[in-house]
Amino acid sequence: MMFNKNLKNILLVIFATLILSACSTAKKSGNVDGDVYTGKETVEYLASGVPDRVFFATNKSSLTTAARETLRKQATYLRKNKNLNVTIEGHADERGTREYNLALGERRANAARDYLMTYGISGKRISVISYGKEKPVNPASSPLAWSQNRRSVTVKVN
Amino acid sequence: MKKIFFIFLFNVFIINKAFALIQIDITRGNLDPLPIAVSPLHVDIKSENQENIKIKDLGANISKIIEDNFRGTGLFNPLKKEAFVQKPDIAHLKPRFEDWRLIKAQALVTGKLLVKDGKLKVEFRLWDLAAAKEMTALAFTTTPTNWRRVAHIISDKIYERLTGEEGYFDTRIIYVSESGPKNQRIKKLAIMDQDGANTKYLTLGNELVLTPRFNPTNQMVTYMSYFRNMPRVYLLDIETGTQEVVGNFPGMTFAPRFSPDGKKIVMSFAKDGNSDIYTMDLDTRIVERITEHSSIDTSPSFSPDGKFIAFNSDRSGLQQIYVMRSDGSAVKRITFGNGIYGTPVWSPRGDLIAFTKMRKGRFYIGVMRIDGTGERLLTENYYQEAPSWSPNGRVLVFYRETKSGSKGEGFTAKLWSIDITGYNERRLKTETDASDPSWSSLLSK
Repeated sequence: MMFNKNLKNILLVIFATLILSACSTAKKSGNVDGDVYTGKETVEYLASGVPDRVFFATNKSSLTTAARETLRKQATYLRKNKNLNVTIEGHADERGTREYNLALGERRANAARDYLMTYGISGKRISVISYGKEKPVNPASSPLAWSQNRRSVTVKVN
Repeated sequence: MKKIFFIFLFNVFIINKAFALIQIDITRGNLDPLPIAVSPLHVDIKSENQENIKIKDLGANISKIIEDNFRGTGLFNPLKKEAFVQKPDIAHLKPRFEDWRLIKAQALVTGKLLVKDGKLKVEFRLWDLAAAKEMTALAFTTTPTNWRRVAHIISDKIYERLTGEEGYFDTRIIYVSESGPKNQRIKKLAIMDQDGANTKYLTLGNELVLTPRFNPTNQMVTYMSYFRNMPRVYLLDIETGTQEVVGNFPGMTFAPRFSPDGKKIVMSFAKDGNSDIYTMDLDTRIVERITEHSSIDTSPSFSPDGKFIAFNSDRSGLQQIYVMRSDGSAVKRITFGNGIYGTPVWSPRGDLIAFTKMRKGRFYIGVMRIDGTGERLLTENYYQEAPSWSPNGRVLVFYRETKSGSKGEGFTAKLWSIDITGYNERRLKTETDASDPSWSSLLSK
């Protein structure tokens, strides 16, 4: 009976450790949070302090807190430069079917566009184009590369 | 009463006759392929010379193509020519059946050809060696440059006679030819014969092109192009090279496919981040909206009777396959298995839907009944998708990509085929890396 209880406790501890370690690997490894890229590698800048891209979770087009912060900076920048128009390119990682990824890239680009518009940027100034999985920025087949490729990039057109 | 009896007798006679001849059951994986001897076609010595064609070798070259076609099906085992026991011309007149049986052949193909007055005349016979009789024979005339097609047509006739199914050798495959590093890929439309011969490039690679698909009734193709950086669905006439944008949409159109009668294109149109399915009638140019949903609706594929459309939607959260009436009514989800599903493609026979399944980081090509039951996964790999049916609904062609290293090295994309039995997985020969294959209907139909 005693032995049984001990065993139970030991198992519980092992179980808890496993869960914790599983969490820590899934949650944060280097520059990836959940599976959204949070690093600076690959990022370019529209102007000093204004990153050109935001990153997305697998199969998702919702904007993370960090993505919204980046887009607010872009909105401020666009408000200051009234004659500037942009194209938002939507991209997906290589781990999905081509046609669905085209639609997903379109959805991501529009999520970014909609957010800029809520900050007062006219929709006329923002066009979107989806490249699906056709233009990876990182050609590797790794979770890090995929997280860098799930992105929308704001590009100046004039 | 007498009449009924007579019909009954007649039926018995027919059935017996069918049993007397060799037949291949292609509904299951064939682990015991039929030994077949393909004798080189006899070249008539009166044949004239032709530019760019070695007339002397033409008979052997045609039989080589037939052999390769047969071997590729996995259903036949073409025997080595060294063991052949009769000269082609004599065997074609009347084989010594008992001698051919000695080399364990069960069927024999013989033939002869003559090139005269700029025409190629070919005849062939298929012999059942066990029953010691001719099963089928055919003669036809064409231009000599068509000699490869002659071999494919003969292959189709023999396949039809031995399996009871339409063949698929006199067909072509259109695909996207790929080259260059993974993050700067050059993509061109390319077309080749089903056996990898006669590759032609239809675009120059200046703009990104994706997902070409054949019209099932002719040699028109629909595909997606980023020409002038506007991603749109195009229509291409392979014979004339003329192309045009399909419809006048203000945003991205993609995922095109023809209706079974070849008169409509069904595709996705993306607006404000939402993709829905539309059709356009190619004669009247009338555009109809088929789905109206805030989710992604894409990869539509008509049933062969034109009454239904299978498509991919994430309206339940993740990618699943749905079927609806072709007017957009009666939408029904059909996939409920573990994993997510994409690229539904309706079989030309109407009974199955091929799909791509993604589960735990692996990709599967499979088939299921049109209500989603009876799912069978045919092949598993690191990455593969985009199945396309052979015109007889027996074989699927798809593309497979390999995992790449940290600089994108080691990345390849190739075309593969597999029987719907799950047997006979093979890589198709292509000059370059390749993706997005689409199989044509029979050219000679």
